Amino acid sequence: MMGKTTSGHNGLDFEEPLLFEQGAKGRSGVDLPRPHAKKNRLGGLERKEEIGFPGLSEPQVIRHFTRLSQKNFSIDTGFYPLGSCTMKHNPRLNEKMARLSGFASLHPLQPFTTAQGALEVIDWVAAWLKTLTGLHAIAMSPAAGAQGELCGMMTIRAALAERDDARARILVPESAHGTNPATAASLGYRVDPVPGDVRGRMDLKAFRSKLGDDVAAVMLTNPNTCGLFENEILEIARAIHDVGGFLYADGANFNAIVGRVRPADLGIDCMHINLHKTFSTPHGGGGPGSGPVALSEDLSAFAPYPFLVHDDAGLRLIEGDVDAPAGTKAFGRLKGFHGQMGMFIRALTYMLSHGGDGLRQVAEDAVLNANYLLATLKNELSAPYPGPCMHEALFDDAVFRKYGITTLDFAKALIDEGFHPMTIYFPLVVHGALLMEPTECESREGLDHFIATVKALVARLKAGQLTHFQEAPRLAPRRRLDETKAARNPVLRWRSNA
Amino acid sequence: MSGLRYTKDHEWARLDGEVATVGITDYAQEQLGDIVFIELPTLGKTIHQGEEAAVIESVKAASEVYAPLAGEIVEINEKLQSEPALVNADPTGKGWFLKLKLTDPSAYDSLMDEASYRAHLKEYA
Amino acid sequence: MRYLPLTAEDRQKMLEAIGVNSVDDLFVDVPKQARLLDSLDLPDHLGEIEVERILSGLASKNIDAGSVPSFLGAGLYRHFVPAAVDHLIQRGEFLTAYTPYQPEISQGTLQTLFEFQTQVALLTGMEVANASMYDGATATAEAILMARRVTRRDHVLISGGLHPHYRDVARTLVLGGDIETLPLKVEGDEELVSKISPKTACVVVQNPDFSGNIKDLSGISVACEAKGALLIVVVTEALSLGAIKSPGEMGADIVAAEGQSFGNALNFGGPTVGLLASRERFVRQMPGRLCGETMDVDGRRGWVLTLSTREQHIRREKATSNICTNSGLCALAFSIHAALLGEDGLRRLALINHEKAVLLSEKLEKLPGVDVITQAFFNEFTVHLPVAAAEVVERSAERRLLVGVPLSRLYPEKNEFKNHLLVAVTELTEDDDMEALLACLKEVLP
Repeated sequence: MMGKTTSGHNGLDFEEPLLFEQGAKGRSGVDLPRPHAKKNRLGGLERKEEIGFPGLSEPQVIRHFTRLSQKNFSIDTGFYPLGSCTMKHNPRLNEKMARLSGFASLHPLQPFTTAQGALEVIDWVAAWLKTLTGLHAIAMSPAAGAQGELCGMMTIRAALAERDDARARILVPESAHGTNPATAASLGYRVDPVPGDVRGRMDLKAFRSKLGDDVAAVMLTNPNTCGLFENEILEIARAIHDVGGFLYADGANFNAIVGRVRPADLGIDCMHINLHKTFSTPHGGGGPGSGPVALSEDLSAFAPYPFLVHDDAGLRLIEGDVDAPAGTKAFGRLKGFHGQMGMFIRALTYMLSHGGDGLRQVAEDAVLNANYLLATLKNELSAPYPGPCMHEALFDDAVFRKYGITTLDFAKALIDEGFHPMTIYFPLVVHGALLMEPTECESREGLDHFIATVKALVARLKAGQLTHFQEAPRLAPRRRLDETKAARNPVLRWRSNA
Repeated sequence: MSGLRYTKDHEWARLDGEVATVGITDYAQEQLGDIVFIELPTLGKTIHQGEEAAVIESVKAASEVYAPLAGEIVEINEKLQSEPALVNADPTGKGWFLKLKLTDPSAYDSLMDEASYRAHLKEYA
Repeated sequence: MRYLPLTAEDRQKMLEAIGVNSVDDLFVDVPKQARLLDSLDLPDHLGEIEVERILSGLASKNIDAGSVPSFLGAGLYRHFVPAAVDHLIQRGEFLTAYTPYQPEISQGTLQTLFEFQTQVALLTGMEVANASMYDGATATAEAILMARRVTRRDHVLISGGLHPHYRDVARTLVLGGDIETLPLKVEGDEELVSKISPKTACVVVQNPDFSGNIKDLSGISVACEAKGALLIVVVTEALSLGAIKSPGEMGADIVAAEGQSFGNALNFGGPTVGLLASRERFVRQMPGRLCGETMDVDGRRGWVLTLSTREQHIRREKATSNICTNSGLCALAFSIHAALLGEDGLRRLALINHEKAVLLSEKLEKLPGVDVITQAFFNEFTVHLPVAAAEVVERSAERRLLVGVPLSRLYPEKNEFKNHLLVAVTELTEDDDMEALLACLKEVLP
């Protein structure tokens, strides 16, 4: 429990007000020359009303954001085993390379002759992704994973439209991440969920029974969100191809198989890749991401603008229909300019650092670490699927329910132990799910420490110490927060009382 | 809770002449948790049986409310806009959602009665 | 390998604990024919020295806008980012944190999002803003989808001044229905207003528009309101909001903007940060993440992500959008820069930009054959040259000057824009840069 101090702070845990509560007139964190205000061509549209930005000096700003940062858990701070998020170490060399002025100060609309190095980066990342996926071409522009899904599904839709075979239905496993059905529905498809079987995989029989020539595609995640490899994927691919549909793969879990399996060899027609997962670009508190999409030869023609071409003059980007080569059937443009260049540089730095051998080791160590957790914890916690798993281990809340707490309570108790909780309540196909993805970057000692802590918590639970969980966390910068209040009466900004 | 009829999706209806009041059951509100927002349909709309009539948002989930019977929406419970918690507190009373002028009042009897609904609930336990 | 902590001994011990002989046994579910027995044809791992050498080599092949006189705008602007910004966003607790789904240990991220949302609302003059979008173009497309949901109407009217990338993205992401786009020209409002009907969901107007022109949107706002359509105002140069009337003041219902000008380098076009703001009564139809204030069990103020039932992880097929990530770290950079500027700094910075632009426009006007055709502008204007602008740009690049963006780069199909050049000026434009530009044009133009 926090003690009450005079200042309101607790040692190194500071109570930090909002920026707007600390501003003062006449303060600024920048020194700029006074404008002359002689001439003005603003057409009489000068902004006269006060904007309301508070004035702070640089020391105040640095202190404010430093204190706020200290309230965050992060990969740099500790173990962050969020399932399917791949919270691996974010190498600092990536940050250094992205900030080279030859990259950071490059304007996207410079003549291509002045940006050949940057275009080579895009080309090189695409080349690595082609080799790793075995697919034909990479659409580099999607801004994040969800946009990558949209991109992949749009190429499928365009391919079907081209052969006059617009279809209405998409099959999605019940265990899929929410972006999958959201993406399909946003394109006007009817989403038909396919149940899982007792082994935690998509039910092949149910899948086959739902197939028809009105199915445009099946959206599969492999390994799936239960951390299991869809071992019948070749049959699934054959079945969807037989009805003229496509196999879309959500590449969120690529970390489990990178360098050991090529998606093309599994019959996958297109797959988005999350550079901010498998390729270590930082999560930044929620973004930015980058979601390039690997495409089969059939689908490549429909890839969006812009895309890279080589000619005698060097590399350049095709940005629209006018200069597109014959046969281009791009479905459109997904975002402004060229894509998440800053993330490409970081990913390329990561790829070069690891090499082909290192990436293969990444998958092996990721899978090994997850199986280690599964094997050592499946007697304490309840594991719905026996091993082996791939890069993440799934548990359910059977033990918790028996003793009277919820998955949420257990997760909050982990916070007090200095760990970020694993993913909870996802996938939906298992009750009170706990999904742990340790990644390859966790040491054995780190895992052992986590395992010992989980075992000790379960022992407390069995000893009847329910409030230990129900009142957790006690040691975090905030205790449990009232989400109902936040949703019933949303306060989404600061307002001055003046 | 007497005089109510139920659907398998946990809606209830109470008939008064030709008009049925509709809401969600105590089981449903408990499953949803604290309700934060309700999207009610437009007055005057004609709705088929089983069609989506309203959307309930709790903190962690969003759920559809389906019309237990076909009819015209003649009244909606405006109070729920500012006090969605009424549905949690009094789901079969003050937490009513809407009133339907039924296309076919005799269809009311085809809905589950109290005993059938209780039996249905046992399957969830 | 420096990022992989497991040793051979660790692996052995762990395999024993699991009860298998080798890691291959863990991949047993992979169909045999899909198992790669050897490493793929990729180079082996490299140390930092070597990797840095390769990347530096690639970086040095570019002539970046920071190293030569540069007048490029057209949607992204080269501004000075104070040193403190980059230091703060590289703090590991910000850089390597995830989406704040466990709010008790994410109050840092959450408080900064709440502050960001407030700053965006204040800057745009709107009531509420979300926790950022991918970029201005996708924010615009999402604003259109939002307007369709709010009004339950279909017709979308896009004014000719919208950035061509934004127009293309809107056409790609806004599916179906009636999307009408007007051509770019120096227009009065009449044509646009005449096309607003009771079927119109929204009218999309960019201000300053793509040619740099600023105008008062109040007339369009009144016309929209009369027909029940929403006015969406798009801003690609967020700094302009420090000098000109906000979209909120001019009657905007939704604002979609690009925030890159605050805190974010050019980065060859990405990542950047989209801003989305609107009237409060539309907030439940707003896509993306929202951070809200609340209290914890001890009665202390704190923040959480809220109204998430609109989002993909809960509504799934019925979500307002399929969006998952926002532009977190870029939004933080925006916020820190805005905090350092404050009211006075922001206004000064904006006026410095404008003054320099006015100065350059006057100098350019004096060149024979060169006409500045934009009347009212912020920091960017269109210049008409006696020859094709694209050629002028190429020949200037050979002389190591980036003189502007030829309109033909974004309007390749429009012959009538062949001789037009977009010139942007910021606080980083020195007098020497302007003189170099004039000298270069004198050489390159006939």
